[in-house]
Amino acid sequence: MPEFETVRVAVENGIGRLTLNRPDSLNAFSEKMTTEIQTVLKSFSADKGVRCVAITGTGRAFSAGQDLKEISPGRSFADSLKRRYNPIIRQITGMEKPVVALINGVAAGAGMSLALACDFRIMSSGAKLIQAFVKIGLVPDSGSSFFLPRMVGYAKAFEFAALGSEVSAEEAMRLGIVNRVFPDEKFADESEKILTHFANGPTRAYSLIKKALKHSAESSLEESLEYEAYMQEIAGRTEDAREATKAFVEKRPPDFKGK
Amino acid sequence: MEFENITLTKEIPIATIQLNRPDVLNALNHRLLSELVFCLEQLDSDDSVNCVIITGNEKAFAAGADIKEMAEADTIDMLSRDSFSAWDRIRRIKKPVIAAVSGFALGGGCELAMMCDIIIASETAKFGQPEINIGVMPGAGGTQRLTRAVGKYRAMEMILTGGMMSAGDAAKSGLVNRVFPVELYLEEAKRLARLIASKPPLAVKLAKESVLKSEELSLKDGLEFERKNFYMLFSSEDQKEGMKAFVEKRDPRWKGK
Repeated sequence: MPEFETVRVAVENGIGRLTLNRPDSLNAFSEKMTTEIQTVLKSFSADKGVRCVAITGTGRAFSAGQDLKEISPGRSFADSLKRRYNPIIRQITGMEKPVVALINGVAAGAGMSLALACDFRIMSSGAKLIQAFVKIGLVPDSGSSFFLPRMVGYAKAFEFAALGSEVSAEEAMRLGIVNRVFPDEKFADESEKILTHFANGPTRAYSLIKKALKHSAESSLEESLEYEAYMQEIAGRTEDAREATKAFVEKRPPDFKGK
Repeated sequence: MEFENITLTKEIPIATIQLNRPDVLNALNHRLLSELVFCLEQLDSDDSVNCVIITGNEKAFAAGADIKEMAEADTIDMLSRDSFSAWDRIRRIKKPVIAAVSGFALGGGCELAMMCDIIIASETAKFGQPEINIGVMPGAGGTQRLTRAVGKYRAMEMILTGGMMSAGDAAKSGLVNRVFPVELYLEEAKRLARLIASKPPLAVKLAKESVLKSEELSLKDGLEFERKNFYMLFSSEDQKEGMKAFVEKRDPRWKGK
């Protein structure tokens, strides 16, 4: 793994950790950072030793979104999204292992989008989610317009996007945007338990679950039933499924290898 | 003929030909094409085989013609080699041929897939005619078959830009019959091949011939061609057996006669 300037990277016990590390700028996405995130996610994707990916930030924020200091006149927003942000969103959704956002602090704009693209969100009770785009006259990007209405429905999605108001951890939990909320003092330990659980789980099944759910977003019931049958056929042939069936009969916990 | 560039597997009544130059993404060189055509012609006259699959590997069906073979050629070289004449013989295969495509089907690879009668794709399949990027254009049917498959406008964009089409878009555009996860596409192609292989072989051959004629004939001539083939089947034993079994509400037993 090369040296990084804007992120920290660690792989241990099956967990690949990507920590956004520009605390003085609330981990805002600079050109350099989006490039480095792409590099890290690519290596996590290829690394069979990584069975769960965790994304978090250092300091007070998860990420404040695009670094506004880097927005120069005449630059193409579309080009920036297609080149820098959209590949990251595709890397996360296409990652054949669970990707968990540890929302340690504010997640604003594309920072919130990044969290929404993950498969599982754990939020610190003091953190906030903000669809901040509208505050500078912009619109949701990096997948927010896709993920948000699917999580909370049109009405709430429009409210968040158009008012740019803060969503507290409590409200995010109530609306089903995040999966767990922990107070600051428990955040690290409780998150660790969940990451460890995923890192020791049936990785292939997780990836097939991701594919099936992603498929359902653009399918009818008939298509989903058929696709499920294929996903199950593939899952049923994995070593982990055979091991788990055996373990069930032998009344012991399964030992998943991620194969 | 010893095959070096393809692998033939018979699972009677179907046969699978795997293009087997994985180091070069199954680039179609002269030798591979000769083997493929020879193999297909043998299978066409092998009574134990009713349906054939052509496949590559997960990464590539075939990533095009072997550029090295023709980089230095001039017009006269190309004319005298006439390597595309091998492709014409693929078109004359009478048994149904299914392409099972995963990964790249580019240039000659896309054209080879389109020469088959049915295209089954994996989710990772990518189709394209990128010849424009190396100073030429499709030469083994791309401009004709892609246009018939996806229509003038989509074909024009693909061929003029050299861009690729995903499996999903190819299915929506009519270039691909069905898309399956990469783990299952070959099995599903074989399942389909076995289904077709379980049908009366003479009727299958004449039906294939009639459908292909529709690409060449006017509707009037095509209808006449179809009707003659339809009538012709009434001199087959399988027609008698098929209709008798239908009336007697039992499964038919085909003889291929």
